Amino acid sequence: MGEAGRILLAHGAGGKLSHRLIELFVDAFDNPVLQQLNDQAVLDPPGSRIAFTTDSYVVDPIFFPGGDIGRLSVCGTVNDLAVGGAEPLYMSASFIIEEGLPLDELERIVHSMAREAASCGVKIVTGDTKVVERGKGDKLFINTAGVGRVRDGMELGPSRIRPGDVVILSGTVGDHGMAVLTKRKGLEIDIPVESDCAPLHTLVAAMIDASRGGIRAMRDPTRGGLATILNELCESSGCGMLIEEERIPVRSEVRGGCELLGLDPLYLANEGKLVAVVDRDCATAVLEAARKNHLGRDAALIGEVLEGPSARLLLETSVGNRRILEKLSGEQLPRIC
Amino acid sequence: MIRYVDEFRRKGPARAMLRRIEDVAPRDCVSIMEICGTHTHSISKYGIRGAVPTGIRLLSGPGCPVCVTAQADINRIVEFSRRNPSVVIATFGDMLRVPGTFSSLEKERAEGADIRVVYSPLDALEMARRDPAKEVVFYSVGFETTAPTVAATVIKARREGIRNFSVLSLHKLTPPAMKALLDSGDVNIDGFICPGHVTTVIGAGAYGFIAKDYGAPCVVAGFEPLDALYGLYMLLLQLRDGRAEIEIEYARVVTWEGNKRAQEVMYEVFERADSRWRGLGEIACSGLRIRGEFSHFDAEKRFDMGYVDCDDDQAGCSCGEVIKGLVAPSECTLFATACTPETPMGPCMVSSEGTCAAYYRYERI
Amino acid sequence: MCLGVPGEVVEMDGDTVLVDVGGTRRRASLMLLDAEGVGLTPGDYVIVHAGFAIQKVDEQAALETLRLMKDIS
Repeated sequence: MGEAGRILLAHGAGGKLSHRLIELFVDAFDNPVLQQLNDQAVLDPPGSRIAFTTDSYVVDPIFFPGGDIGRLSVCGTVNDLAVGGAEPLYMSASFIIEEGLPLDELERIVHSMAREAASCGVKIVTGDTKVVERGKGDKLFINTAGVGRVRDGMELGPSRIRPGDVVILSGTVGDHGMAVLTKRKGLEIDIPVESDCAPLHTLVAAMIDASRGGIRAMRDPTRGGLATILNELCESSGCGMLIEEERIPVRSEVRGGCELLGLDPLYLANEGKLVAVVDRDCATAVLEAARKNHLGRDAALIGEVLEGPSARLLLETSVGNRRILEKLSGEQLPRIC
Repeated sequence: MIRYVDEFRRKGPARAMLRRIEDVAPRDCVSIMEICGTHTHSISKYGIRGAVPTGIRLLSGPGCPVCVTAQADINRIVEFSRRNPSVVIATFGDMLRVPGTFSSLEKERAEGADIRVVYSPLDALEMARRDPAKEVVFYSVGFETTAPTVAATVIKARREGIRNFSVLSLHKLTPPAMKALLDSGDVNIDGFICPGHVTTVIGAGAYGFIAKDYGAPCVVAGFEPLDALYGLYMLLLQLRDGRAEIEIEYARVVTWEGNKRAQEVMYEVFERADSRWRGLGEIACSGLRIRGEFSHFDAEKRFDMGYVDCDDDQAGCSCGEVIKGLVAPSECTLFATACTPETPMGPCMVSSEGTCAAYYRYERI
Repeated sequence: MCLGVPGEVVEMDGDTVLVDVGGTRRRASLMLLDAEGVGLTPGDYVIVHAGFAIQKVDEQAALETLRLMKDIS
């Protein structure tokens, strides 16, 4: 397949080596649409309302505690669809591979994607591969697009948020951000935390069913963390929110790591969590339904939507004062001072 | 539960302490200054500044090592990184985005300079060890908590025969800055909240002259909200009683003598030198330079680091005055308009412990 | 200017110490602490700054401080 099993530029050239790669994908992702190897996937219309999303995955390192870039790409795509109330159906997967990537690493990632997609009931029906020169790409980038079916009458979005609604968080925050950080060179810190990378569509379905129409909006707090996503909800809805710090579940190891590095768990990425703004009257039912699902076992009611006119996100700290909670600016860098 | 942290962050005791502070607050206005970025951060984050009675002004002084670094020193390392892309520049995260006159380390990194963020100077030494073909320069800022860690790293480098590691020392000392502030008469300071971890190293006795010669009471406080509140309470009691003493709130780690071993290590490698502070100007014996015996590890001796004098504050930027507690961030014309964490005009906004960053993040309800 | 966090000493290994903060562990250097002089043993707590242990936490003093805080509450 290449010297010592590495990706060569020739793997992207369209010839024999490219075909070997395509075989890898087709065998792993295994579905009749993909097997046709057309330039496009022709699908039966999944219903009258389609959810469509796209994302790129550039995480470094590509293997981290609890997952890898492949698994992340499937879960991330599924979750973007799920928080819109969509049932995920199909995905595309485009690979931009840096010359020199060990082939067995690519295989592991592809098989990881296949397993995750199968367990989600999602088919990877089309894709692309490019190989770039060594140094021109960081091992592997994956771009995906996802298509899902949205039930008639399902309307989720920040415009539905009202004062008096409450905010539910499905579980602990900061796990993915910490897990990825610990593998970065130079941080030499042992945080026994795995990424929370997981597909949320069954959790979402359970919460929606229990809510009887009471869910206003949902988001998954990925890049930028919980604080950033809540800020976005405030901005988009024009409503302010008050979150209580003590109610936000954070694992002790994540807190410890954050204390050591001068980071804030509210700004670390999550890949298997969601926030839902719900009508206060259905909060108990939604919370119960969430907690019955393995991925929502630590679900908590963390705050509420305030009367206007300010659309600020406020945090009540562990000491009892209220302050604004800004969205992330710049990177979160480990502090020393 | 994180021990020795969570016990000092509790709602009930915090509220009770605020009530006690109201009880002992003086009738006249008092100005209390803290001189530690971690205190600035903590006091803002836990809303202490706004929660204390209005007669108590909590000022932030020159306690953020990034913020007190002179513009010329920032320009130096930025310029050096651009001219020497094959040299690894290791820096604490705080320095990465500080805007120099023309550029920043972050921008130079995007242009190809090899700039890496570290959590400990030992990480920078490790980089040098792993890649003997590359020169590693550690851009070293910090007060007396950090300086001993850098000194220990230099000693380790010599012990292990690592030849490609050097330090640009921009370290500064806390008591001389406090003295300069009091001597300048610019700011009225009735008492100091002294930095908990600097004092862990230098010992509370280092502030003796402030009580004796200037009659200003000092309390060495920890950084959790209950520590800051209790430290403030102790200070207010002193003011009420007309005392000017050095007291220790953070008794679980701070002593009168400090950490002798850390002091010895620090002065084995460093010696006092005059230093240029943003906002305070040149202060005698207020900084640390590497001693002659360790000149091999002194980046200024190994390389042409060039020093071009320049004004500290760029047009409209009030960092120099904010650092002295003369101007509150909200009084700077650029605050929250042209100057934000995304588009910082000066170090006080970009450093995570800068006064402006703290106010912007936590106090703009 | 001194982000220092208290951690429990889990293991002592020559001139380094393995410190646990809430379940997360990091090795810290003992070059700045007279470990023998302060009688440092596993189970004690130290303040860690920039990869170095800079002081042992005095448990009695901590309890005394908490008591003083409680007294004025």
